[in-house]
Amino acid sequence: MKLKLAALALGAVMAAGPAMADLVFPSLSYRTGPYAPGGIPFADGYADYFTLLNERDGGIGGEKIQMPECETAYNTEKGVECYESTKGSGALVYQPLSTGITYQLIPKVAADGIPMLTSGLGRTSAKNGAVFPWVFNFPANYWDGASIAIKHMLDLNGGDISDKKIALVYHNSAYGKEPIRTLEELATKHGYELTLLPVDHPGQEQKSQWLQIRREKPDYVIMYGWGVMNQVAIQEAANIRFPMENFIGIWWSGSENDVVPVGEGAHGYKAVAFHNVGDDYPLYDDLKAYVFDKGLAAGAGDQHGSVVYNRGVYAAMLVAEAAKAAQEIHGTAAITPVMMRDGMENLEMTEEKMTALGLPKFGPEFKVSCENHGGNGYGAIAQWDATAGEWSLITDYFQSDQEVLAPLVEEDSAAYAAENGIEPGC
Amino acid sequence: MPEQLIWGMEVFLNGLMSGVLYALVALGFVLIFKASGIFNYAQGVMALFAALTLVGIMEGQVPFSHLINAIFGTEVHHFGWHVPALLAILLTMVVMVAMAWVVNQLIFRHLVNQEPIILFMATIGLAYFLEGFGDMMWGSDIKKLDVGLPQGLNPFIDEVTYNIFGYGFFIDNLDIVATVVAALLVVVLVIFAQYSKQGRAMRAVADDHQAALSVGISLNFIWVMVWSLAGFVALVAGIMWGTKSGVQFSLSLIALKALPVLMLGGFTSIPGAIVGGLIIGVGEKVFEFAIGAPYLGGATEIWFAYVLALIFLVFRPQGLFGEKIIERV
Repeated sequence: MKLKLAALALGAVMAAGPAMADLVFPSLSYRTGPYAPGGIPFADGYADYFTLLNERDGGIGGEKIQMPECETAYNTEKGVECYESTKGSGALVYQPLSTGITYQLIPKVAADGIPMLTSGLGRTSAKNGAVFPWVFNFPANYWDGASIAIKHMLDLNGGDISDKKIALVYHNSAYGKEPIRTLEELATKHGYELTLLPVDHPGQEQKSQWLQIRREKPDYVIMYGWGVMNQVAIQEAANIRFPMENFIGIWWSGSENDVVPVGEGAHGYKAVAFHNVGDDYPLYDDLKAYVFDKGLAAGAGDQHGSVVYNRGVYAAMLVAEAAKAAQEIHGTAAITPVMMRDGMENLEMTEEKMTALGLPKFGPEFKVSCENHGGNGYGAIAQWDATAGEWSLITDYFQSDQEVLAPLVEEDSAAYAAENGIEPGC
Repeated sequence: MPEQLIWGMEVFLNGLMSGVLYALVALGFVLIFKASGIFNYAQGVMALFAALTLVGIMEGQVPFSHLINAIFGTEVHHFGWHVPALLAILLTMVVMVAMAWVVNQLIFRHLVNQEPIILFMATIGLAYFLEGFGDMMWGSDIKKLDVGLPQGLNPFIDEVTYNIFGYGFFIDNLDIVATVVAALLVVVLVIFAQYSKQGRAMRAVADDHQAALSVGISLNFIWVMVWSLAGFVALVAGIMWGTKSGVQFSLSLIALKALPVLMLGGFTSIPGAIVGGLIIGVGEKVFEFAIGAPYLGGATEIWFAYVLALIFLVFRPQGLFGEKIIERV
């Protein structure tokens, strides 16, 4: 009897788990909790792109894709549990949509030999592949975002912002504090005055911060927020009649979720972006034909074309391209996490490739290398049109200030290497 | 007048206004605790559920549409109509009363005479259930709530203060509305509790539910009534906070702002909730302005509210307006 039960249990496990040759891309999603409005569209986009590859191309290089989803509720402990429970399934790469989870996973992925991609989030100095061989953060990171916002201000002011006052309204967490050093270094270079305004989680009450902004009258406000903090900040800015075109959020403060609840008051608000917006791309035709119309869309199927949905699609597309590169390098379709890492380290995204994938002018061109896991640090500025109810890019992609950022990455990664006894090398 | 003093006055006024918003949430806790001795952990989630229901009704959203579509393969999302705000508020209130009845029938009538900690644990369960139920019923996307309340700078106050001080104060119109609504709510609740038959019955149940039962007061009716009243207060809080930040899951976290208010004002006093809210609102805003932002790097409001409440607790454990604790041996 016991033997039968054991055989049944084994059978159930084998049926539930992926076939050994499948390519496994776990999704550490958050469809519940206070940050679910951001987690849901990303998870849907991530899943739909892989479904498209399975339905249209039969997977990647003939290997079917499995995507086990694990709910983290944006909770760091749950995120680590999800990692531990899915890594044994042959996981090729992780993309936790959370800086807190990322920080916990950095030593774990290095020990387990599984690559991790943290596009636009996580530990910025992980860009230095010599110190963080298993972590990637292309095409842009938090510091790039801060620098791109400052460069945009420079462009608007004829290259001189030495007489300007800039306030940073930030989520009082590891994530929100990321750009502070960069903005301080850039303040030294460009001579602007920087004011720091932390907002505690969840950020529903920001009266003090915005009264201070009203009193001190900064010329520009940069925001590193997430969740309800974004909507409240934009509403408060509208309430005090702060000029929206001078209010610039990072990409995590630049989705429909952040501006729609504010209505007309959010018109003109800007955000830094590392990918394009909308659904006017050939890829969406394929998504419609192979995924949406077949009833295979993830979630409720109501997020298509939104900013964060597109980010999920883009995230899946980048790792899928890295998997193709890995298959090519190693001459096998059934790649391992170690091979996947090689693919990521040799990834090159060109406009020609993006066009072939059905996403022309969607993301910046970049090339990854052993030393550079973060790409070239290109971003653009998006602006919200409340009347049309849509975001649009108002600039081309331009590069962050590498003259300032490169030494910061070097310094921070060297400190991490020293703390953890890592011998940098490629 | 020194600039700092003028700014301090603006901060003080805004603190009062914020305090009113905190008090609106605290009122729901007080009502239920006063009548049944239950600390209702689910009060914040009730505000979220009420606001979700209100927006859903106003927008003509089909409840459980995601579930229906997933099971039956349909594509229904909206009924195609828009319900006026006032009617939607009334319909939401009907839903909240129905919820109060169900909560009482399924949970609390079975827990009469149980220890307070058991009742408290039941409300934790209720909170998690309601959170998931609301999500399943109305979806988890962020919804704009517009019942026609004014929002943004009040030009009259701005102009008057500018003429007096040479600096126009910022007072949010929504905060002014919240203040008026909270004042009306307190007056109505106090009159109801003191002078109506049901209000007196509620107080009798609160004092001694067995004695109340012996004179023919229906415990079930009183508890349903109290949960309905708390549902109404949750709806008002949900409207105010939902207008401010959009209706979304985070709305349930406003309960965090009510806890120090309750510690300070007492769990059994309706005016205490208001006074506690005002003290917390002013205290945290003035501290942030005078000490937090210039010397401590800012973001002191959340923890300072609790420190302030704890200081009061040391001197008055029952809160400012709570009933005095007398233990006889």
